[in-house]
Amino acid sequence: MSHLAWEIRVTLLSIFAMLAASNCILFFKMRYYPGVDDTLIRHRIRTWWALAGLFSLALSVSPQGGVVFFGFISFLALKEFLSMSPTRRADRRVLFYAYLSVIPQYYFASTDNYQMFLVFIPVITFAWLPTRMWMIGQSDGFQKAAGTLLWALMITVYSLSHTAYLLTTSMTQDTASRTLTLDVTQVAEQHAGPGLLIFLIIMAEANDIFQYVSGKPFGKKQVSPNIAPGKTYAGLIGGIMLTTCLAGFVGPLITPMDLAHSVFAGFMIASVGFAGELCICALKRDLKITNFGATLPGHGGVLDRVGNLIFSAPLFFHFIHYCYHQ
Amino acid sequence: MNQILRIAFFALIVRPLMMIVLGTNVRRSELLPNSGPAIIVANHNSHLDVFALMNVLGLKRLPNVRPVAAADYFMTRRLRRWFATRIVGIIPIDRSKIRREDGKHPLDPISEVLQNNGIVLLFPEGTRGEPEKMDDFQSGVAHIARRHPEIPITPVFMHGLGKALPKGEALLVPFFCDMFVGRPLDSQLKKRELMNQLIASMDELAAELPIEAWS
Repeated sequence: MSHLAWEIRVTLLSIFAMLAASNCILFFKMRYYPGVDDTLIRHRIRTWWALAGLFSLALSVSPQGGVVFFGFISFLALKEFLSMSPTRRADRRVLFYAYLSVIPQYYFASTDNYQMFLVFIPVITFAWLPTRMWMIGQSDGFQKAAGTLLWALMITVYSLSHTAYLLTTSMTQDTASRTLTLDVTQVAEQHAGPGLLIFLIIMAEANDIFQYVSGKPFGKKQVSPNIAPGKTYAGLIGGIMLTTCLAGFVGPLITPMDLAHSVFAGFMIASVGFAGELCICALKRDLKITNFGATLPGHGGVLDRVGNLIFSAPLFFHFIHYCYHQ
Repeated sequence: MNQILRIAFFALIVRPLMMIVLGTNVRRSELLPNSGPAIIVANHNSHLDVFALMNVLGLKRLPNVRPVAAADYFMTRRLRRWFATRIVGIIPIDRSKIRREDGKHPLDPISEVLQNNGIVLLFPEGTRGEPEKMDDFQSGVAHIARRHPEIPITPVFMHGLGKALPKGEALLVPFFCDMFVGRPLDSQLKKRELMNQLIASMDELAAELPIEAWS
């Protein structure tokens, strides 16, 4: 546990406290307003308990535990993607290689192998999978099949693996120039990874909640009525503003980022997270499905849950790398 | 059947395989029969179909679940025969024998299981055939219905496992398995009407798939 700074432990505990609080609210709501069907929200909270519990457990073993956790999430997301998308019968073996690519990608993340991590999917797999496809010798539908598969790998494996790499990130640059009086402990400086990852996830999920609370009462004009009728400008802007504020508060507490960096990171995670989510919405509309499965009761599939991370995880990772790791 | 080995196999091998590597999307699992005697008919894409279906039925119902399988395929080699009869617990039916022999009707073993409150799984396509393509249904199910008009017949449409492990392939590729359960058929119907109802029900269930492309 020595790799988890006390700030991180407190953060994890407060996440559980918040989950417990929502259970209490739900309990009293059921007492005073019986008859309202809240199965969905109950399932949703229970799934959050399971996710937060598994994540904390994996993380408390070692940072590598967290890497395995996200590797598994990538595998599940890829499986959902390929099960829902049209594929060619001839490509069964190619799909098998696509699944296999999860292992090296997360291995490079866990060993902090920056160069290989960056090139494995967009360079090596990018060359190998279409090569294996022409070897099969079926040209019908080649373009669609190759496009679908590489796009699937970028979303579900490449993007998401940046969450895992955040865990093994170390801060080399001097962070003494911090502007706030609240200082992170030395453990948090040396093992910045868990704090950065938890920051990313809290911001991405908080953005969801903030979008809801500001979109519900004020939302009128839809951002994209054809793709996501529920998303309004009020929700989008409210979400970004509130997330940015929260980031300014949380960032300096649990990560080595200073106030300015934290605020910028919060703004970026919220806005790019929204873009990622709408991408998944458009994808689902195209595939004529409402969600990617039932792996996470109350949420849908894994891909429905991680939509807000597909763009924000790589961007946040490179933001950190650019600012602190040169 | 070796019930202990059977439960161990389904709990320790089939369930993790279905949960982690493959995964099932079941719609309307509440329509599945809770107890025997009952008949479940499903389309057939892969060897994995029977495991997926038995896994969804769960360990509590497992002791009563008996899939009907081709004797001329599963009863040939020794190991395969042992596994099919002891672990999977098949009711072997010879596809080539359609006449009555030595006073026994070829469907008698199925009737026997149904009389002992069994849940019988039937794949009326008779073969896995080309994966993810439905072949014509054999009318055996109608013959069983005529012998047991009081027993409900539940149709289940399965999709996806033919991609994961089609006929003639040894490499397992992870895919979700969709399992759509339909309303029980009217077992009192005449043979042709019952078959038509089965086909209509399966087509209706298959139409729930959003996009079907496996070319």
